Amino acid sequence: MADKSSSNAYWKANIRMIQLFLIIWFVVSFGFGIILRPMLMGIAVGGTDLGFWFAQQGSILVFLVLIFVYAWRMNRLDKEFGVEE
Amino acid sequence: MDQFTLNLLVIGATFALYIGIAIWARAASTSEFYAAGRGVHPVLNGMATGADWMSAASFISMAGIIAMAGAGGYEQSAYLMGWTGGYVLLALLLAPYLRKFGKFTVPEFIGDRFYSKSARMVAVACLIIASVTYVIGQMTGVGVAFARFLEVKSSTGLYIGATIVFAYAVLGGMKGITYTQVAQYCVLIVAYTIPAIFISLNLTGNFLPQAGLFGTHSASGVALLAKLDSLVTELGFTQYTGHTKNTLNMVLFTMSLMIGTAGLPHVIVRFFTVPKVADARASAGWALVFIALLYTVAPAVGAMARLNLTTTFWPNAITGNAFDGPAVSVADIASKPELNWINNWVKTGLLKFEDKNGDGQIQYYNDKNPTVKAAAEAKGWTGNELTTVNNDIIVLANPEIARLPGWVIALVAAGGLAAALSTAAGLLLAIASAISHDVIKGAINPSISEKGELLAARIAMGAAIIVATYLGLNPPGFAAQTVALAFGIAAASIFPALMMGIFSKRINNKGAVAGMLSGLIFTLVYIFIYKGWFFFPGTNQLPDNVDNWVFGISPLSIGTVGALVNFAAAYIVSLATEEPPQEVQELIESIRVPKGAGAATAH
Repeated sequence: MADKSSSNAYWKANIRMIQLFLIIWFVVSFGFGIILRPMLMGIAVGGTDLGFWFAQQGSILVFLVLIFVYAWRMNRLDKEFGVEE
Repeated sequence: MDQFTLNLLVIGATFALYIGIAIWARAASTSEFYAAGRGVHPVLNGMATGADWMSAASFISMAGIIAMAGAGGYEQSAYLMGWTGGYVLLALLLAPYLRKFGKFTVPEFIGDRFYSKSARMVAVACLIIASVTYVIGQMTGVGVAFARFLEVKSSTGLYIGATIVFAYAVLGGMKGITYTQVAQYCVLIVAYTIPAIFISLNLTGNFLPQAGLFGTHSASGVALLAKLDSLVTELGFTQYTGHTKNTLNMVLFTMSLMIGTAGLPHVIVRFFTVPKVADARASAGWALVFIALLYTVAPAVGAMARLNLTTTFWPNAITGNAFDGPAVSVADIASKPELNWINNWVKTGLLKFEDKNGDGQIQYYNDKNPTVKAAAEAKGWTGNELTTVNNDIIVLANPEIARLPGWVIALVAAGGLAAALSTAAGLLLAIASAISHDVIKGAINPSISEKGELLAARIAMGAAIIVATYLGLNPPGFAAQTVALAFGIAAASIFPALMMGIFSKRINNKGAVAGMLSGLIFTLVYIFIYKGWFFFPGTNQLPDNVDNWVFGISPLSIGTVGALVNFAAAYIVSLATEEPPQEVQELIESIRVPKGAGAATAH
């Protein structure tokens, strides 16, 4: 196992990344898709509004981007701390 | 060639393919049986996860649920976000760490991390209740799909389906199931998207259904969703894109589906099959790519099919208002070839119409809406005459409504079967591994040999298939409660335990057991109060409607609250008792870094 202090720093960096990504995850689905939808009603998207698009398409596309960016950033972080396989 | 022969040929060919894979991918060790030898490429695992995840309900019912929901199409977005957003949680919070842990089952992780056999057995019980509830729906789905497309009794269809699953699941375990699921994914996604592309081209001129949904309805020149909104409100139904009236419940329901998805054991174990921790992260992304292909198309299929269905019954609605022209006539349904699909589906009972006022036309509208009802009575209509529209018809009749060739219809039949069989196999494997690995090797006979355990796993798989077939033929009351029961339990009990096991070093054995049990019991009691104790009809304390729900929270959404109860109980009990021992602290340290996962598999 890597030494304790460096693996602590690795874990903290990972937690920071998870927090950021989960905020985005929450905002696009629960935020734009549901709670904030009435405020976004003014923004028209193809016969309906932006909130509807996020609820039925946009949130899913953002989820995809989130996972791949997280996987890519974590691979970099693994190498930086020498904990990759 | 007639439709029946075509269906038989296409379904027969896909089944021959699955059996061929079963013979090729036989499992020789427990590692192959439980985790496909951890040699599955992350992209292939993503496809297998997609097939594992997308059930008969996703394939056959979801678009129809969105299209025909009484509360409007927007409200059902909870399913779309819930059943995809869970993969973000899997990739960020669970999959890489559980892969690093490097064992075979979800209860095994809970048992080791919380150094407690009782925690492991609580997890086994949750896994079995959730998976059995889920698998019954798949087995009945197989029977129904056979009955519709091959003109056999649904029980015969169920036996055929169970035999096929038996062949590749007992022989190949996870290895056989994985490669069969890859093939099943290809069948189901082609079957789903081809009719969707044609219907989108037909209505909007856009070959991408995802873009067509927000495009322009070619025939009227109005935006498709605006057209649909004005049409359904004219007929007295809820506006299609209208906002939810119960924001809190929609948020909690979406969250329950998300954390339930991340906590379902048959999904989690799929990430045990990839070679490395980094592969587990990437594989969750690939899984979502393959799932999103269907889940972004489904709302388009739903909206477009609703529009097609409505304009079929109100021809004038294509360009103008529905009620300005005559409704479709009974004579036309009997004679016109483009309306022949109506007769086909009336035969199955999924669609029913009745000319109540005897005017030779079929008026379709919402007779529960007082304004529209009064206007209809003034015209001499005596009620809605399209009396039954089953949700499933939206996907099943799609190729016929779009007048696609017979082989597309056959493909949809094979796709529905692939979706049901692949999910059933994944669930059965989760059940069989819990019995052979967690109960037999973990508790009853820890000294069992590798060969003995492999045999036990095969016998457990065979027994699980027989039980699932029996329950599919005689569905108990809880079989219809997949969403409440399976997702509620996974959300309230399994997901929080796994997450705390990875992210907190302070949660100990007592805290985990207290958390899992309180989350589980809280959720079950809330469901039972509204749906009946153990789902026996008539034993519910309160009627199951929004006026009686606490803060308007439906029993389907209560899993989120149950998860909070679990977290709170686990923290309070853990803080009041001793810290976990040193070796458990080290186990947590080791699963948090990817390095060394290879060594952990060589046991």
